[in-house]
Amino acid sequence: MSELERHEYDVVVIGAGGAGLRAVIEARERGLRVAVITKSLFGKAHTVMAEGGCAAAMRNVNTKDSWQVHFGDTMRGGKFLNNWRMAELHAQEAPDRVWELETYGALFDRTKDGKISQRNFGGHTYPRLAHVGDRTGLEIIRTLQQKIVSLQQEDKAELGDYEARIRVFHEVAVTELILENGKVAGAFGYYRETGEFVLFEAPAVVLATGGIGKSYKVSSNSWEYTGDGHALALRAGSALINMEFIQFHPTGMVWPLSVKGILVTEGVRGDGGVLKNSEGKRFMFDYIPDVFKGQYAETEEEADQWLKDNDSARRTPDLLPRDEVARAINTEVKEGRGTPHGGVYLDIASRMSSEEIKRRLPSMYHQFIELAEVDITTDEMEVGPTCHYVMGGIEVDPDSGAAATPGLFAAGECAGGMHGSNRLGGNSLSDLLVFGRRAGLGAADYVRAMSDRPKVSDDSVEKATAMALAPFDGPGDGSAPENPYTLQLDMQDTMNNLVGIIRKSDEMQEALDKLQELRRRYRNVKVEGDRKFNPGWHLAMDLRNMLLVSESVAKSAITRTESRGGHTRDDYPQMDAQWRNALLACRVEGADPVVPDVTVEKQRQVPMRPDLLECFELSELEKYYTDDELVEHPQRKG
Amino acid sequence: MAAYDAKMRVWRGDASGGELKDYTVEVNDGEVVLDIIHRLQQTQTGDLAVRWNCKAGKCGSCSAEINGRPRLMCMTRMSTFGEDEVVTVTPMRTFPVMRDLVCDVSFNYEKAREIPSFTPPKDLQPGEYRMAQEDVNRSQEFRKCIECFLCQNVCHVNRDHEENKEAFSGPRYLMRQAELDMHPLDVHGRRAEQAQEENGLGYCNITKCCTEVCPEHIKITDNALIPMKERAADRKYDPIVWLGNKLFRR
Repeated sequence: MSELERHEYDVVVIGAGGAGLRAVIEARERGLRVAVITKSLFGKAHTVMAEGGCAAAMRNVNTKDSWQVHFGDTMRGGKFLNNWRMAELHAQEAPDRVWELETYGALFDRTKDGKISQRNFGGHTYPRLAHVGDRTGLEIIRTLQQKIVSLQQEDKAELGDYEARIRVFHEVAVTELILENGKVAGAFGYYRETGEFVLFEAPAVVLATGGIGKSYKVSSNSWEYTGDGHALALRAGSALINMEFIQFHPTGMVWPLSVKGILVTEGVRGDGGVLKNSEGKRFMFDYIPDVFKGQYAETEEEADQWLKDNDSARRTPDLLPRDEVARAINTEVKEGRGTPHGGVYLDIASRMSSEEIKRRLPSMYHQFIELAEVDITTDEMEVGPTCHYVMGGIEVDPDSGAAATPGLFAAGECAGGMHGSNRLGGNSLSDLLVFGRRAGLGAADYVRAMSDRPKVSDDSVEKATAMALAPFDGPGDGSAPENPYTLQLDMQDTMNNLVGIIRKSDEMQEALDKLQELRRRYRNVKVEGDRKFNPGWHLAMDLRNMLLVSESVAKSAITRTESRGGHTRDDYPQMDAQWRNALLACRVEGADPVVPDVTVEKQRQVPMRPDLLECFELSELEKYYTDDELVEHPQRKG
Repeated sequence: MAAYDAKMRVWRGDASGGELKDYTVEVNDGEVVLDIIHRLQQTQTGDLAVRWNCKAGKCGSCSAEINGRPRLMCMTRMSTFGEDEVVTVTPMRTFPVMRDLVCDVSFNYEKAREIPSFTPPKDLQPGEYRMAQEDVNRSQEFRKCIECFLCQNVCHVNRDHEENKEAFSGPRYLMRQAELDMHPLDVHGRRAEQAQEENGLGYCNITKCCTEVCPEHIKITDNALIPMKERAADRKYDPIVWLGNKLFRR
């Protein structure tokens, strides 16, 4: 075997999406040497799929907005399960993070007076989303990518080497975090191109690996979304929280089958598009849940008036939070009012001119005409729910992004807490900017405060190497070899059908049994070919993470006996105030080094600070909180 | 449309050489070339190397040449070919192949570093940027670029002349210069000249191949490259600019 390639860095960031790149920038600005590792090419991250915008209370379009209103909307959207400190930091810091992007060169759409334009979105009281047509994520990833290039240019000018402080390792995947004495000592992975292994020795690792959507059959997520960061953190001894909460975006394409699940931006509804059933009825008026009664328009006239002027009417129920809209669509289809291909209609054609649609929603126009031969300027789109985002993730300290494992940090989708049980559209791009920066800062502070760095042992490297190579050997006991692609399809079917948008106890139990079976089959996985750019082998390694994460989802989901946000149970259809401040934390135990067992433990959320509690009317809190929890509320006491 | 079996011919190999291999694969209604490549992976040849991410035309990863035309595999529907037509998929020709359909596109990342970054006015504070929509429209068109590198691949300056690669940044990065030159708040000031002198703008003889293959339909030649050429020429031949440069440069 050739000599193992080794690199030493102060901070290693795994994932080059928005959160990862923002973390890199921060750690580099503090003078540290940073490696950023991505499974894909630099600039291709899943962040490009974010279309609608980046939420920040900049008050450019409506001056009534404020961080407090944004905070309140976020908590409401997450059904008050959110980590309130994260929601607070997020709402306070998002405007600065967006303005900072302009200094890096971002070109957002403008208001008439030349400021950053802001659009309406589901669950946001005021127009709040900074955007660039319907390709905001692309703008953000490109901007951060170009900022990193500009920092590399500065380093080249100062030190003669573009890579003196930041080096991008693209098409490298990390299979194992290396711990020594319980602390992060490095990360072990492989180059996709050559299949050669590489060791990063670093005292701090920031996980920014995104989500887990590839465990589901109908998903808006790319192949990369295999829960790597979630699984790495679990195996390193940190906890995952809120894993039962999966966001099914209400509007994915449903036809043709090959594009089923591809996202249709919420911006279509934000800009005036409406949902209709097969009878032509705007059905969302029938689905305003009790907790939101009084906050949404009750007639089409009022909804349309709101689109013209936010202040003179209540908002349209087409823009209820995503969990509500996804469930409504699900019900319409189930009750026989769906489209021929099992979705509902999304109509923008009758709402604005063809020219306006092409200007505001160019990539949606493009996507439908090229992939479905549907012209959205004249015809309605067919849409239905698609697995889009995981609210659950690594439990972190809100201020620093630190996980329980010393030296481990996490930000973006792979971190948990910020969005509670349901994320508002537009809060993801702002999340990754705010907490990407904070995790980069947290890692930098951690590294600068330490006196001596943990050393990676040869034993750890040998174990990681053997684990990565196992799929080439196949079963040692004469069992039939398993094809990793078949295993993945079976797992996706299981999660999609049994732990999907509407859940039942017996189905989830069946899913857990099947996952056990898949775990057994995983031991027999055998891949063909050699180590050079071999997708079958790469999938085999990713599957190990997907199995662990899927089990966390299923076990958490069966434990939470209520419906809330991205967790809907047929057998427990109501939200239960007793569950509001209960978090389910997943950890691993047992001796299985391949896919360890997952345990689920209930833990209490820290009570919200009184000054934040005052952002809400008592009458609203009463819908979510138990009486006991509100005894101390000033309005009750007074 | 019922499912049918398509005849596919896919390039298999690595830097040391390779060959076209024939496969027969099932095709269903609405499927794109990338679906068929994935089905090949899943059912016939698990180690077939292909680069892809979003499968929605947004990330620009799955660039290849389909029947000789540079295209995104995820945006090329199988229905654009006859059912009995052989569909040939090969890697982009301008870049060194790594394996099968995956090539080494590091050339592009090297060129990206040679373009000076956005240079805002020094005293302008975050939050104080003011720009009119009509003034950002032009640069926004170029920022639609998904970096699929199809324009870099098709441009004959590099495609047919390996030796030009050092001097010629290619359409994508000349367009990046244009984008920054047209940014209302960029104060760099010498981008057109730099594009001409350092990034090889002069090599471009406006055959518009880049524009033709752009999956985002960016008018690279008309809106980015030609205006840059005009600007570079104007500045060079304007006697006052010439005199000013002579007197005040450096």
